[in-house]
Amino acid sequence: MEFSIATTVAEALDALQNGARPVAGGTDLVVGVRHGKSSFPDQLVAIDRLNELKSIDASDAGVRVGSLVTHAQLMTDPLITDRYSAIADASALVGSPATRNVGTLGGNVMNGSPAMDTGAPLMVLGAQAELASSAGSVLVDLADLWTGPGQTSAASDQLCVALKMPVRPERSGSAYVRLEYRRAMEIAVVGAAASVALNADGTIADASVALAAVAPTIIAVDGLSTLAAGRTVDEQLLADVASAASEHASPISDLRASDTYRRHTVGVMAKRAFDAAARRATGEVIGIPVNRAIGIGAAS
Amino acid sequence: MTSYELNVNGTTYPIDAEPSRNLLSVIRDQVGLTGTKEGCDDCECGACMVLLDGQPVNSCSYLAAQAAEREVTTIEGIMTTEELAPIQQNMLDAGGVQCGFCTPGMIMSATALLARTPDPSEEEIKIGLSGNLCRCTGYAKIFDAIKETVVSL
Ligand SMILES: Cc1cc2nc3c(=O)[nH]c(=O)nc-3n(C[C@H](O)[C@H](O)[C@H](O)COP(=O)(O)OP(=O)(O)OC[C@H]3O[C@@H](n4cnc5c(N)ncnc54)[C@H](O)[C@@H]3O)c2cc1C
Ligand code: FES
Ligand code: FES
Repeated sequence: MEFSIATTVAEALDALQNGARPVAGGTDLVVGVRHGKSSFPDQLVAIDRLNELKSIDASDAGVRVGSLVTHAQLMTDPLITDRYSAIADASALVGSPATRNVGTLGGNVMNGSPAMDTGAPLMVLGAQAELASSAGSVLVDLADLWTGPGQTSAASDQLCVALKMPVRPERSGSAYVRLEYRRAMEIAVVGAAASVALNADGTIADASVALAAVAPTIIAVDGLSTLAAGRTVDEQLLADVASAASEHASPISDLRASDTYRRHTVGVMAKRAFDAAARRATGEVIGIPVNRAIGIGAAS
Repeated sequence: MTSYELNVNGTTYPIDAEPSRNLLSVIRDQVGLTGTKEGCDDCECGACMVLLDGQPVNSCSYLAAQAAEREVTTIEGIMTTEELAPIQQNMLDAGGVQCGFCTPGMIMSATALLARTPDPSEEEIKIGLSGNLCRCTGYAKIFDAIKETVVSL
């Protein structure tokens, strides 16, 4: 294997064009090779010193999160915890302090795991991935980026430089909840993110839900906004959200859970995420991550 | 092979190694510091924990070449004089060390925790050590050692 360390984005893009694969924190790439799931590429370029990809910048259009922003940054950044809370809920659950210290948002997204924790939050927050190559930059919707387990539509010479999200509406909140069997070093059994915006009278203006680990990619629950708009958040609505999520799922059975169990529990996670998002939309403060704040997850 | 300089505990070591080598093996076999342990070699147990620019990293699953010219701190680097660092002494005094295999990793995670959260709650201590497994102590005495360190600092 040939190895280089890029010091500018242009250098990294050159390396990709010449056939190198990028490594950021390596918590998927290096660990995957050590597990024997894959082997090292012939050429690897380390991108973790590109300081220009490490910032979270707010503008009138929304927020641009550099692809090298780590989970540790995301779970404590005031703009993210306050306005894009579902991402902070997710990042706070990733691995251990060491995993969160080196693991990046770009790595999580580009690794393309159907169980990635930041994926469902990014989707309900309307994120697009900014992919750069020597030919220029494009913005890609996440639904078009993830094409299958571990697969993206990005070309091998494209570097994810940022995730962009629009400004959050007034009276809105978001949350991410996952089912886990233990409280650290865990992968989501299933997960759900919700975003809810309220009208001044407290009825729902807009809502979206996305699911993790119940399909070949992260998926949005279609029709959720139509189902919820104009209604108030009550038991019936939450039950309807749960059924819509369960119906939308196409889970597999594996060592960790059966398809039936996943289909049922993803509905429960969706309803809890929806409830937490709606409560945050009213201004209620629920700690990061929701999993710990309201005791979802491992039996305690 | 690739050549680079690795800074470990304030000393610069010239390294020639395959770029696929992990930081743990370079620290142990080339730098010659064997305090950092290999438990699972799989990013699960935390025995290999070191600090990279002050932040915890599982050295078994991190490329050594990627750490070039950054500051690596291992268990050998946290004593400033001939005396044990307070967290080390408190681990001994509290009975937080039994077989001792997890201890270097525990101490590195605890050091990073105390640097970012000088007065951690019980929950923050548990989260801070959540990437470190101990098969002997049952953790309680390790938590005691950290609390004692907070008091004595
Ligand atoms: C112990 C442990 C626990 C974990 N727990 C969780 C968890 O709870 N939830 C979770 O979601 N994940 C978890 N992970 C997986 C991993 O930590 C995250 O996915 C992390 O965000 C990956 O980021 P990275 O920078 O380390 O990626 P890397 O390993 O560096 O890269 C991952 C992939 O993306 C590509 N890539 C990286 N950056 C870019 C870029 N900017 N542009 C294009 N391609 C890029 C790489 O080529 C590689 O294919 C865990 C991993 C470990 C080892
Ligand atoms: S040896 Fe690195 S985590 Fe176990
Ligand atoms: S003291 Fe033996 S593993 Fe911790």
